[in-house]
Amino acid sequence: MTLAAQTMRTLVVAGHGMVGHRLVEVLRATDTEGSWRVVVLAEEPRPAYDRVALTSYVDGWDARALSLSGSDYAGDERVGLRLGDPVRRIDRAARTVTTAGGFRQAHDALVLATGSRPFVPPVPGHDLPGCFVYRTIEDLDAIRAAVERAMTTRRGRAAAMVVGGGLLGLEAAKALRDLGLSPHVVEMAPRLMPIQVDEGGGSLLRKLVTELDLTVHTGTSAERIEADGDRLSTKLTNGTELDLDLVVFSAGVRPRDELARDAGLAVGERGGILVDLSCRTSDPDIFAVGECAAVEGRCYGLVAPGYTMAEIVSAQLLGAEGVFPGADMSAKLKLMGVDVASFGDAHATTEGALEVVLADAVSGYYKKLVVSSRDKTLLGGILVGDAGSYNLLRPLVGRRLPADPATMLAPEGNGNGGVGIQALPDEAQICSCNAVSKGAICGAIVTQGCDSVAAIKTCTKAGTTCGSCVPMLSKMLDLCGVERSKAVCEHFAHSRQELFEIVKATRITTFGELIAKHGTGSGCAICKPAAASILATIDTTERNGGHILDGEQATLQDTNDHFLANMQKNGTYSVVPRLPGGEITPDKLIVLGAVAREFGLYTKITGGQRIDLFGATVDQLPNIWKRLVDAGFESGHAYGKALRTVKSCVGSTWCRYGVQDSVGMAIELELRYRGLRSPHKIKGGVSGCARECAEARAKDFGVIATERGWNLYVGGNGGTLPRHARLLVSDVDSGSLIRYLDRFLMFYVRTADRLQRTASWIEDMDGGLDHLREVIVDDKLGICDELDAAMAKHVENYVDEWRGVLEDPEKLARFTSFVNAPGTPDPTISFRVEREQKVPVLLGMPEVESR
Amino acid sequence: MTVMRAEMVPVCEVDRLAPGRGVAALLPDGRQVAIFRTGRDEFYGLSNMDPFGRAAVLSRGLTGDAQGVPFVASPLLKQRFDLRTGVCLDDETVRVRAYRVHVVDGVVHVRP
Ligand code: SRM
Ligand SMILES: Cc1cc2nc3c(=O)[nH]c(=O)nc-3n(C[C@H](O)[C@H](O)[C@H](O)COP(=O)(O)OP(=O)(O)OC[C@H]3O[C@@H](n4cnc5c(N)ncnc54)[C@H](O)[C@@H]3O)c2cc1C
Ligand code: SF4
Ligand code: FES
Repeated sequence: MTLAAQTMRTLVVAGHGMVGHRLVEVLRATDTEGSWRVVVLAEEPRPAYDRVALTSYVDGWDARALSLSGSDYAGDERVGLRLGDPVRRIDRAARTVTTAGGFRQAHDALVLATGSRPFVPPVPGHDLPGCFVYRTIEDLDAIRAAVERAMTTRRGRAAAMVVGGGLLGLEAAKALRDLGLSPHVVEMAPRLMPIQVDEGGGSLLRKLVTELDLTVHTGTSAERIEADGDRLSTKLTNGTELDLDLVVFSAGVRPRDELARDAGLAVGERGGILVDLSCRTSDPDIFAVGECAAVEGRCYGLVAPGYTMAEIVSAQLLGAEGVFPGADMSAKLKLMGVDVASFGDAHATTEGALEVVLADAVSGYYKKLVVSSRDKTLLGGILVGDAGSYNLLRPLVGRRLPADPATMLAPEGNGNGGVGIQALPDEAQICSCNAVSKGAICGAIVTQGCDSVAAIKTCTKAGTTCGSCVPMLSKMLDLCGVERSKAVCEHFAHSRQELFEIVKATRITTFGELIAKHGTGSGCAICKPAAASILATIDTTERNGGHILDGEQATLQDTNDHFLANMQKNGTYSVVPRLPGGEITPDKLIVLGAVAREFGLYTKITGGQRIDLFGATVDQLPNIWKRLVDAGFESGHAYGKALRTVKSCVGSTWCRYGVQDSVGMAIELELRYRGLRSPHKIKGGVSGCARECAEARAKDFGVIATERGWNLYVGGNGGTLPRHARLLVSDVDSGSLIRYLDRFLMFYVRTADRLQRTASWIEDMDGGLDHLREVIVDDKLGICDELDAAMAKHVENYVDEWRGVLEDPEKLARFTSFVNAPGTPDPTISFRVEREQKVPVLLGMPEVESR
Repeated sequence: MTVMRAEMVPVCEVDRLAPGRGVAALLPDGRQVAIFRTGRDEFYGLSNMDPFGRAAVLSRGLTGDAQGVPFVASPLLKQRFDLRTGVCLDDETVRVRAYRVHVVDGVVHVRP
């Protein structure tokens, strides 16, 4: 036994939520001597995840997207994590805990991090099927299942009641709205978010929330909930009756102090495990942290104070001091389209506090700053409708304002108003979730060489929790003069977007000229195809079209584009003709079969609703295309970074549920955008009703029919990190749908990075989806006319690429196996037969010099 | 194997090669050579076999330079090979055969 093992003590952590995880993480990072072994006993079936971001789970139902890095402690032998087995009993005398599963663990120190449970008011009927809470991934899965049941059995819109109009209730209601329900928010207080906003802010908030399609009932509560066939009904104390499909309780939380009570530890007056400022309970070997802890009697329902508690407990375990300094209770609502934030002494309870209010009902904002009358120290504030200055104001709490309050509140970017991040002192906290100051971030940038938001996140943890400070992080990079490298490759110092602008503005038409004037060397397999894509986009959207294999452009294309087909593993190609919307006549289907039979091609239906013919050699390609083009087919661009397919469902023409012609719309869109060269491939889908049989929300653009028109979703993705597209506009007519899509796609092809799909393009965008909406719906940048014109030009310029080769002998000549023996088949290609079709055989022993 | 001092094999007119791209040529003994013309009008030859992908495809890769070293990237899994020596830039233990290529009177020749 080594010395370390002899002196090693055991820490048991009960509860693996955000705070429990933070404790283990900090302890493991700072316990360089290895003096503690940690056993984490968790009730939930998965390692700690980002509960703060729980609502974003509905954007794709991907639990992995919520995972907290390192929370499985893979590779760390000193940490044991036991999932799905809650602690049931603490034996203080024996210093052991026992789990529900009967597992017993001895400990030298015990930390309770059991969080809280949602409070469910004792309304009769609160426990009926269809009633839910909103705290865990499993809660959301259950809500989702209920929503899906309601959607398939109800003809009209399904409805939900959210009990509680606080921060969380509004978040939940908005999520239900996005899932297609009509949510009713019921709040007992006379206004929404009563803790954070005052009357003035509350009335504007109500208006903004109503515009999001939520129905608000304030000053009332549910009297009872009753089952009504397969639905629920409720009566409110003000007499309103509602028919509902589900109910979500979001009426506050209660600390989970049951373990502590049973073990005879002191609890707070209003619940919570009573701890002192060092987070020790009445038993000095037991600590409590996070939402379950009542620090000097007060519980904190936010993650940042919990993290602070975790840090001071870790310090004490390692022999240092730790005192809870109090907490910043600022809050910002994470709702799309509604800006609400409140910080510091928002209700002006400090003696002698002055309130400065700036409100404009027409532009829809209400802003209040609370300052001390004596020296204009900022005490707190409320921002509704425009919380743009929240990130700047919050760190200034407790300091003298650098300018007069009205200037501080002026909308950002209107020239005279607004105070920049440079006005903040070094100690000002930029990330309150993780207590990272401006100085610490500057340090990371300047001395540790962080040159991107991602690097700052890894280095300082700023921005890794609620994310609201991320825009400040990029501003910090600008402030420190860091140029973020978006260079395409070693040959160009420019980003793809910059190259696009250069080519567009200078009218450069060749790669040779571009690299000579703006790059170095002779290019590579990264910048050549990127330049080819830019040149092709500009050709069709700004000029008079052209073929991607014209002149020098041919030499820049990736192999697939060079042969207008997809290379397979044995060097042969697959051929995918376009089948717009997946619709095909029997006659055309017969042609495909006949061509496949004639050329001996393996045939398969693709995941994109079309037919792929495999195993064609280079010299066969033009002959195959000739047969296809003569029968009315054209290239499907399966090889290109371009529009691939627009999938459709049967829609209203045949389907008993369909409310619009999804096939017709899919075909129209596919024909409109075919041939558009883009930073990465683009896929679309159109479904005829909310049942979404076309899986449109898995696509870059997804269109879903509604009774009144179409909902347009953008930024969906399959691949390794699947994402559901998010709602851009709803209930628009066909003309507007196409207009917004035109702009969306043109904006994407101009500004995305190389090989960046729309999902990450939107994620990386400053302001995200909201910004995108402002650009293409509200024309904030004033570029919509230009985008519209460019797309119109593209549509006019479109020609089939296969036909372009067939009509040009010079291009045709490139389709030979051997330059010195045209027509001789490549002797290394061979096939075998599997399930009645041919499949490739690879070379056994290639001709290699050494390996 | 005894190496015979072989004759240069004429392959094609220079114009069949676009700067920056390659073509495949079949040698009389059945070997395949990928012949490249770079943007700077230099000519190189490598075996057409991609040892990683085990298929005859190198002639269809994109060419470029990495810190001045001319290379072709396999169209299959994108490994890059030094056009001068055939050494793989991404895994130096792997090398494909390099062939000498000359242009004589506007005709591209390979030395087998
Ligand atoms: C042929 C097909 C499989 C099939 O037989 O079903 C196929 C084949 C290939 N896919 Fe795919 N994908 C095919 C449908 C899909 C789909 C389903 C769909 O389109 O509805 C997806 C998920 C949707 C999406 O794109 O988000 C899909 C997501 C991918 C990805 C992941 C993209 C991402 O954003 O992460 C790749 C890798 C890449 O592009 O970098 C990929 C890459 C490929 C490559 C390039 C892999 C390779 O290196 O050989 C395959 C050759 C085609 C090519 O060169 O583009 N394929 N691929 C399907 C062709 C559909 C068509 O008709 O054009
Ligand atoms: C939808 C939503 C949005 C939120 N948004 C924000 C926000 O924007 N900003 C913010 O600061 N905060 C926000 N919060 C609150 C924040 O998530 C919590 O403050 C934080 O998660 C508290 O961490 P914790 O570890 O104390 O508790 P939890 O994360 O609740 O973790 C406690 C864990 O202990 C487990 N447990 C309980 N009893 C036992 C037992 N006997 N044995 C073993 N395990 C047990 C529980 O199952 C749970 O996994 C939000 C919360 C929700 C639900
Ligand atoms: S999505 Fe399309 S096919 Fe599916 S039910 Fe609705 S209309 Fe019918
Ligand atoms: S403020 Fe929440 S992550 Fe920075």
